[in-house]
Amino acid sequence: MTEPLLEARDLTKNYGTVEALRGASFTAYAGEVVSLIGDNGAGKSTLVKCMSGVEQPTGGTLLFDGKPITLSSPNDARDRGIETVFQDLAVAPDLDPAANMFLGREILKPGLLGRLGVLDKKAMRRQAVEHFTRFGATLQSIDVPIAALSGGQRQSVAVARSVAWASKLVFMDEPTAALGVVQRERVLDVIKRVRDEGIAVVLISHNMPEVLSVSDRVEVLRLGRRVARFKAAETTVEELVGAMTGALSQEDAA
Amino acid sequence: MTDTKTTLSKDLSAEERTPLLKRLTGANTLWIGLVLLVLVAVFGAIRPDAVFQVTTLQFLLAETAVLLVLAVGMTFVIITSGIDLSVGSVLVFASVTSALAMNKLSGGDATNAGWGVIACGLLVAVVSGAVWGLLNGLLISRAKIPPLIVTLGSFGAAQGAALLLNNGSNVSGIPDRLNRTFGSGTWFGIPNIVIVAAIVTAAGALLLSTTRFGRYTYAVGSNEEAARRVGISVRNHLTKVYLLAGTLAGLAGFMGNAFFRVAVVTGHETDNLNAIAAVVLGGTSIFGGMGSVLGTVFGVFIPAVLEKGLVIIGVREFWQPIAVAIVLVAAVWLDQTRRRARNQR
Repeated sequence: MTEPLLEARDLTKNYGTVEALRGASFTAYAGEVVSLIGDNGAGKSTLVKCMSGVEQPTGGTLLFDGKPITLSSPNDARDRGIETVFQDLAVAPDLDPAANMFLGREILKPGLLGRLGVLDKKAMRRQAVEHFTRFGATLQSIDVPIAALSGGQRQSVAVARSVAWASKLVFMDEPTAALGVVQRERVLDVIKRVRDEGIAVVLISHNMPEVLSVSDRVEVLRLGRRVARFKAAETTVEELVGAMTGALSQEDAA
Repeated sequence: MTDTKTTLSKDLSAEERTPLLKRLTGANTLWIGLVLLVLVAVFGAIRPDAVFQVTTLQFLLAETAVLLVLAVGMTFVIITSGIDLSVGSVLVFASVTSALAMNKLSGGDATNAGWGVIACGLLVAVVSGAVWGLLNGLLISRAKIPPLIVTLGSFGAAQGAALLLNNGSNVSGIPDRLNRTFGSGTWFGIPNIVIVAAIVTAAGALLLSTTRFGRYTYAVGSNEEAARRVGISVRNHLTKVYLLAGTLAGLAGFMGNAFFRVAVVTGHETDNLNAIAAVVLGGTSIFGGMGSVLGTVFGVFIPAVLEKGLVIIGVREFWQPIAVAIVLVAAVWLDQTRRRARNQR
C-alpha cells in the first residue's frame, strides 16, 4: 500500500489525571474515506483535536506525508491543507454564507484599496457561489445571514467551507448529526466527491449504517487505544459494535 | 411591494446580490431613518418658521457633532457585543490634558497660540484617548474581565484623573484661533466642527462595511469561537476596537475644547449612555454581530431633534428623555423579536 498521508503513532493525552488517549494510533490515506468510531469517551474527539492542532498530545508522534510534524495551532494544520468541520458548526450566524466561507481568508481588492484592507466582496461572492454549487449546497440566496437559513443549509455551508480549503485532509465530526434524510444524503454525497478529488476524509460518526455506506475503511477506538481496523466492504455492523464494546479485538490493531 | 419582494427572492440567480431596495427595507436602518424624517417633518409642519432656520439647524448639528464621534466608536464596540462606559470620562480627560498641554506650551495661557501649539494639543488629546482605549482593550481581551466592569472602572478613573490634573476646575485658555476655525467657523453655512464629525463618520462607515477590520468586528460579535477557529486573533481585534473607541473619544474631547472654548470637567457624565442609546436606536444589536454606522447617525439625531423640536413647539423639554426612552426600549424589543423569529428556523 502507499504511504499514509497522516499517521498518528501511540498518541497519549492526559487531562490532569485523566488519560483520554493511551497510545492511540490512526492512519489516513489520500483519496479515501476513513471512519473513526468508538463509544462515548473512547477518545475520538480528543484524537481528532490532537491531529488538527486544537490540542497538543502529551506523547507520541504525528507523521504527515511520512515526516514527523507538530501542530501547535489549528492554523498550523490549516497551512498543511488540513481542515475540520466541527460538531457545533462554528459559523458566524450574522454573516452571509460567502462571508463565512472566506472568514479569516478574505480576498482583498487589488492595489492600494486592498492594502488598506478593503474587501473584494464581489470576487468572494462569485467564488462562494461556484463552490457551493460544486458541492451541491443549494441556497436560495447568497447574501442573507446564515442564521436565516435552515439547520441543514447551515450545515452544508459549514461543510462546504471546510472542504473548500482542505487540499489534503478534512476531519468531519458528526457532520450529519442534526440533519434530515435529504440533507444527510447530500452531505454524504459531498464526502464522496471530496474523496474523489484525492483528499482524505476522516469521518467521525455514531451511525453505523452510514459509516459502512460511505467509508472505505473503519478504525475503532476503545478506551483511548485503537482496537480494530476494518475494510468497510468486508465488515458488518455487528463486527463494528463488537469492536467498540470490547467483545472483539484484533491483535495487530494498536 | 410584497409582490416584488417575493419574486426577487425567488429568481435570485446566485451571482446577483439582493437588490439594494430589499436590503434596505430588510434592515432596521431604513425604519429608524424614517422615524427621524417623520420627527423633522412633524416639528417642521408645526413651526416651519422656527425649525427650518439656518441657525437652528447649525446649532443642532454642531451640538450633536461631538456625540456623533463618540457614537461611531461605540458602534464598533457594541457590534463586538461589548460596551464602553468610559467614553465620556475619556473625553473629559483628553480635553483637560490637551488644554493643559497647549497652555504649558504657550507659557501659561494659550489664548493667542498658533497652529503649532494647536496641533500639539490635538496630538495630546488623541493620544490621551488612545491610552485609555488601549488600557480598556488589554484588560478586556487579555485579562478577560467583562467590558462592563473594565469600562465602569475607567469611567471613574479617567474622570478622577481629569479632576486631579487641574484640581477639579475647568481649563480655560483655549486658543482663539482654534475656536474661530473649528469651534464657530462655518464652510458654506455648515459648521466646521460638523464637517470634522462627518469625515470621521464616513471613515468609520467605510471601515466597518468595506474592510477586513469591519468584517472581523462583525465576526467577533457574531460568534467569537467561530472567529477564533478560522484563525482570527480575537484578542488583538478586541484590543484594536477599544483602542479605536478611546482614540475617537480623545478626538471628541479636542472638538469639545474648540466648540466650548474651555475644557469642561463636568457635564459629560451621561455621554456614555447617550452614545449607547444612539447606537442601539440606530439598529445596532446590543447582542453583537449586527449594526451600521449610518444607523448610528440617525440614532444620534433622534434624541437631538426631539429635544430641540419639543422646545420649539413649546412642549416642556422634560418630555424628551421620556420620549427617547420609549423609542429606545421599542428598538431593542424589535431587535429581539426579529432575532428570535430568525433563529427559530
